[in-house]
Amino acid sequence: MTQVFLGMPAGGQGNLFETEPFPKAAHRELGNTQMRKNLRHATHTIRDKRLNVVGELPDWEELRDAGSAIKNLTMANLEERLEEFEKNFTARGGVVHWARDAAEANKIVTELVKATGSNEVVKVKSMATQEIGLNEHLETEGIEAFETDLAELIVQLGNDKPSHILVPAIHKNRTEVRDIFLKEMPVVDPNLTDEPAKLAEAARKHLRKKFLAAKVAISGANFALADTGTLGVVESEGNGRMCLTLPETLITVMGIEKVLPHWEDIEVFMQLLPRSSTGERMNPYTSLWTGVSEDDGPQNVHIVLLDNGRTRALADRFGRTALNCIRCSACMNVCPVYERTGGHAYGSTYPGPIGAILSPLLTGIEVEENGSLPYASSLCGACYDACPVKINIPEILVHLRGDDVDANRDKHKIPTQMDLLMKGGSWALGKGKNIGLLEKALPLGRLVSGKDKKIKKLPGIAAGWTASRDIPAPPSKSFRDWWSDEKESK
Amino acid sequence: MRIALFATCIVDAMYPETAKSTVKILERLGHEVIFPKAQACCGQMHMNSGYMPEALPVVENHINAFDTEDYDVAVAPSGSCVASVKHQHPYLAERLGKPELKDRAVAVGKRTYELSQLLVDVLGITNAAEQLGSYFPQTITYHPSCHGMRSLKLGDRQLDLLKTVGGITVNELPEADQCCGFGGTFAIKNSDVSSAMLEDKMKNICSTGASACAGGDASCLMHIGGGLSRTGAKPKTLHLADILASTMEETVSL
Repeated sequence: MTQVFLGMPAGGQGNLFETEPFPKAAHRELGNTQMRKNLRHATHTIRDKRLNVVGELPDWEELRDAGSAIKNLTMANLEERLEEFEKNFTARGGVVHWARDAAEANKIVTELVKATGSNEVVKVKSMATQEIGLNEHLETEGIEAFETDLAELIVQLGNDKPSHILVPAIHKNRTEVRDIFLKEMPVVDPNLTDEPAKLAEAARKHLRKKFLAAKVAISGANFALADTGTLGVVESEGNGRMCLTLPETLITVMGIEKVLPHWEDIEVFMQLLPRSSTGERMNPYTSLWTGVSEDDGPQNVHIVLLDNGRTRALADRFGRTALNCIRCSACMNVCPVYERTGGHAYGSTYPGPIGAILSPLLTGIEVEENGSLPYASSLCGACYDACPVKINIPEILVHLRGDDVDANRDKHKIPTQMDLLMKGGSWALGKGKNIGLLEKALPLGRLVSGKDKKIKKLPGIAAGWTASRDIPAPPSKSFRDWWSDEKESK
Repeated sequence: MRIALFATCIVDAMYPETAKSTVKILERLGHEVIFPKAQACCGQMHMNSGYMPEALPVVENHINAFDTEDYDVAVAPSGSCVASVKHQHPYLAERLGKPELKDRAVAVGKRTYELSQLLVDVLGITNAAEQLGSYFPQTITYHPSCHGMRSLKLGDRQLDLLKTVGGITVNELPEADQCCGFGGTFAIKNSDVSSAMLEDKMKNICSTGASACAGGDASCLMHIGGGLSRTGAKPKTLHLADILASTMEETVSL
């Protein structure tokens, strides 16, 4: 395949953007005490579970290395792997479609559904279809999409947005879930309690009719295996298995980065993924399908291979490893920022640390709406430690901050306070004698501090610091001066 | 050994006692300490805020100051600044297309140690009371700063040193591995989230009943200490170096 790049590959579209600057969204979400309680409980529980099952494996670090190496190798030869997959998937009776962006993918899926004559589809939980806003698009085309994953069902019935990639209703507790069911399910026991088993039963009854009636299912995929043309979905509830086996038509939407070279590679990822995501040794349902099997399962099998900014992310030499993500969500479960703000604050389908790098990498950082995401981190590095494929998220966050500042250089006529601080700092900290000169003024800082030797209120952007923290009065002499006086003069 | 002290800008300007403590500890062990006067800062504030071209003069200055044959190893009383020297300097040089600077950055990074790393791995300190004469009769707790813990993989080096100080009681900090919320300009840009993280850190520190929270990074300690000071809570913050430098004769007070 020959391809001529004219400049940068196109940026991704769809649900990949901040809805407002992160600090503003975070401020609002921090005030939602019920959500913070739910999130703290849920993230801490899953953290402990993950640590337990990861601790059982003596070769966990080697597995992470293997996962990372397989992914890096695949990304370095992505074109070849995708064409190999296309060849093998097609040979087994599947149909491959290529989608440049969200709009193209939505159009392809809509046409495929319409060709079946059906105006209803059942869905397996899928990040790719959320990314492209497929459900919303299908609705405008008169096609109703039913989410069948329990948490996705809760979110869909509640007219809400997912706030986590694995447990999308993590921000809701069971009482809130019961209230949604009572209000939104067409047929429901009015005496429904908030017992988990009762809630699951209500969902099962509601969904069973959909599974049995559906002619078309839409799924995502956790991986595609190039050498066999196989697709795989990993799930917990069995709703996926229903969708993947009962309908006549199965349409899968998958990001192009999900391809793996060999069947054997499943060995590594099936150890990494369940442990990192739900904290389980093995997930309850793993479904693999290779094209069409005569008289068994769906007879019309399609895959839409989605770019939507992935080629663009791949072109970023420091950021491209973000595409290695296997959507386990371990990074958000350990993130102290995510734990406090929840997923909605990030705007994009992909929240948390991985979202803070993946969203701007897919869309391009110069798209103004995603400029605040890479700053949504204290750079504590817990995400990097937890990542099963060793994506150095803190380093990519810093890299994208650099791209953001560079992209904005020409936009401000008047430099921002941060610009001035950084330019001044570049001079002051760029030479030992410059910082030494400024340190002569340290005693001045003692004048602005109160009797208690504390600075309690600073102006401008520094007011963010003194909102909740004092600064001690500076010393009367810097270490540098002390050294000159005490060590060098003797 | 001839040891070059990288004081770090925050310690140089705001916490000179911590740099003096570092010098004291190393001299007590019989080493010669030098202070390359050309040094200023690691440039982390600039890089973590995204100001890469502005970071370059700062990083170049550091590399010029420390890329000499004049010393055996360099040491800084900070996990974060050492992590920046080791990991961020090569990244910046590569990003800005300066391969020669990258090689020099890697070479400087290899010779630069965080204080507990130098004490434990290079100088073989296993008992602070016996080998350093450290004495600090207080109840403390300990916050492991993120960059030391995760980027440098310091493990329990700092905590183990503290536990072997004479007269000390070390109470375990609940949720110790959680970030205090500092994160450089994160504390300004995302002040609300940062404050929420700090609140939990302070609650955990106060729950230990310690009179001080020790740590290996002056910046995180300034953040935690600034919060404790604002809320009027009892515990102070104190750098690991100051505790290790404290002796029976010259005991550091809180």
